[in-house]
Amino acid sequence: MNMKKILVLLVLLVAPAFAAASTAKVVLEKAPVNLHDKSSLQRGAQIFVNHCLNCHSAASMRYLRLTDIGLTEAQIRDNLLFSAEKVGEPMATILDPKDAKAFFGVVPPDLSLIARSRSPDWLYTYLKSFYKDPSAKTGWNNSVFPNVAMPHVLWEYQGDQRLSVTQRVDPLTGDKVETRRLVMDRPGSLSAVQYDQYLGDLVTFLSYMSEPSQAWRRQWGIIVLFFLAGFFVLALLLKKEFWKDVR
Amino acid sequence: MAAIERPPVTGAGPFNGLLTWVDRRFPMVPLWKEHLAEYYAPKNFNFWYYFGSLAMLVLVIQIVSGIFLTMNYKPSAAEAFASVEYIMRDVPGGWLIRYIHSTGASAFFICVYLHMARGLMYGSYRKPRELIWIFGVMIYLALMAEAFFGYLLPWGQMSYWGAQVIINLFGTIPFIGEALAIWIRGDYNVSDATLNRFFALHVVALPLVLLGLVAAHIMALHEVGSNNPDGVEIAKSIDPKDGKPMDGIPFHPYYTVKDTLGVAVFLIVFSAIVFFSPEMGGYFLEYNNFIPADPLKTPEHIAPVWYFTPYYAMLRAVPPIFGSQFPGVAVMGAATLILFVLPWLDRGRVKSIRYRGPKYKGFFAAFIFAFLVLGYLGVEPTTVWGEFGKGLPLIGGDYVALWAARILTVVYFAFFLLMPWYTATDKEKPEPQRVTW
Repeated sequence: MNMKKILVLLVLLVAPAFAAASTAKVVLEKAPVNLHDKSSLQRGAQIFVNHCLNCHSAASMRYLRLTDIGLTEAQIRDNLLFSAEKVGEPMATILDPKDAKAFFGVVPPDLSLIARSRSPDWLYTYLKSFYKDPSAKTGWNNSVFPNVAMPHVLWEYQGDQRLSVTQRVDPLTGDKVETRRLVMDRPGSLSAVQYDQYLGDLVTFLSYMSEPSQAWRRQWGIIVLFFLAGFFVLALLLKKEFWKDVR
Repeated sequence: MAAIERPPVTGAGPFNGLLTWVDRRFPMVPLWKEHLAEYYAPKNFNFWYYFGSLAMLVLVIQIVSGIFLTMNYKPSAAEAFASVEYIMRDVPGGWLIRYIHSTGASAFFICVYLHMARGLMYGSYRKPRELIWIFGVMIYLALMAEAFFGYLLPWGQMSYWGAQVIINLFGTIPFIGEALAIWIRGDYNVSDATLNRFFALHVVALPLVLLGLVAAHIMALHEVGSNNPDGVEIAKSIDPKDGKPMDGIPFHPYYTVKDTLGVAVFLIVFSAIVFFSPEMGGYFLEYNNFIPADPLKTPEHIAPVWYFTPYYAMLRAVPPIFGSQFPGVAVMGAATLILFVLPWLDRGRVKSIRYRGPKYKGFFAAFIFAFLVLGYLGVEPTTVWGEFGKGLPLIGGDYVALWAARILTVVYFAFFLLMPWYTATDKEKPEPQRVTW
């Protein structure tokens, strides 16, 4: 077998691997999450309560916990407390699970831990990837989560996207190459940059909510490591002192 | 009544009287001397000798953190998941206790694996230490059971489906399998009944077994004395003047201070994980386990936690025979049980890898390599297994990873089964008379 034939054979053998890889993977965008940004967290909490909590619950999260992100109890009670009577209650949803099942076919998942099970980047990309699809029950589909039961709740802000699929034949291999991308048909009330920031706030809040103690955890970590570094030095000196007579 | 009254305690200042009183009624001073102050350990312990005491430290950490978790955890299918989140959010310091416990589980296996690797390297399982090794293997098995039962308790998707898969493995045993699986679950599916019994086993039964085995492990060790990186017995070189081993030093204070140094380093690494990366990229806490258990929704990819994956890879590598997965289960079981007979498979004249010949060193390196790569393969989903060599003109074609796992499983067993041959015929170096530094 000559060199050319071997090369062709190699390309043929490797080609299916690339084809399989290109259709399966969804590239996630990096979510702009900064858990120290209190105003971003507060905006995110507001978006969450206004838009997500209508259908989704966050049963592990108490309203009162929002004092973490710089809100006072009175602010929480006056501005965010829609689905509960007392600030000590968890964030329930007003949607009855039976109705939800009838509307969407599934009960919307609880969002308390969604940023831990899905990752902030996934949530960010997912919320940017809704597109109009007349064949879907709600009229919306999603390129990150195909055939998702959830409609595009934030469409007024982002606008209507459409999925554009273009096919071309690769002149080298003769394979059909499919390109799928989302095209903005009708812009919403926010510009693309504003919408990204808007989602950034929401995803920041979701990340915070999935583990409210995380900022606290890192602060403690630094103190603990400093303490242990001191302990290490003492242990080292003690060991050296005792082992002098062994060596 | 003791036959001979012990002499009064001296050297404890104002406490002499009290200690004498206790010592006449309880062998406190003799125990202290036998296990610490006058337990002579070889002076040449190296890095690998930290992990025994560290494993004990982790055991204590797990018991203490576990007690506090139990105070707030609810072992019921309806409440378990929410109660873990309650601990994470509403219990003061609950998140810390939970992360200490979840990190401790992995830390326990890291310490135990390194401790076992040490035993293999320096021949610490050889005569007269066979029983220490056997108690150790029993600790390892009990630890695997403890980890498996504990992993169900958070009642997440991985908890649920992992337990389902492992229990179904018992279901593949011919004739009794089905009944055995139902007996383990207490139900036809993993359910509230399963969670309740796993909780009982995790918090009461296995910790008791573990503590008993650890006591036996240490008593056996202190009966025959510690091995060391040279594999030569310090008891053979006794100082005629004082009757003490010339290469031995009292465990206390020398190794208590040295192990304290080990503890400091360990706690730094441990805390770095607990405070900065408790999920460890999904290896210590799996992402899917933040979704509540759903018996109707099977996750796409069910993988056990990293410490079980070498065996899991073996299980998947063995093809089913007559539609039964039992051969794979048997291979997996054999892979752990074969550790018990190790002391009788080794026919080398030296204990330590320092004086072993090229054959042993080769087999040992292949074994460690096989164990690590199997561990990696066990983490990956089966679909990725196929993709590994996809289209590449390699042996196994599309199934390179599968064939790799098969070959490495054979390597794993070859290390043990061929040991009588390669250790007996190996070209070993002469052992020194005394330990070296």
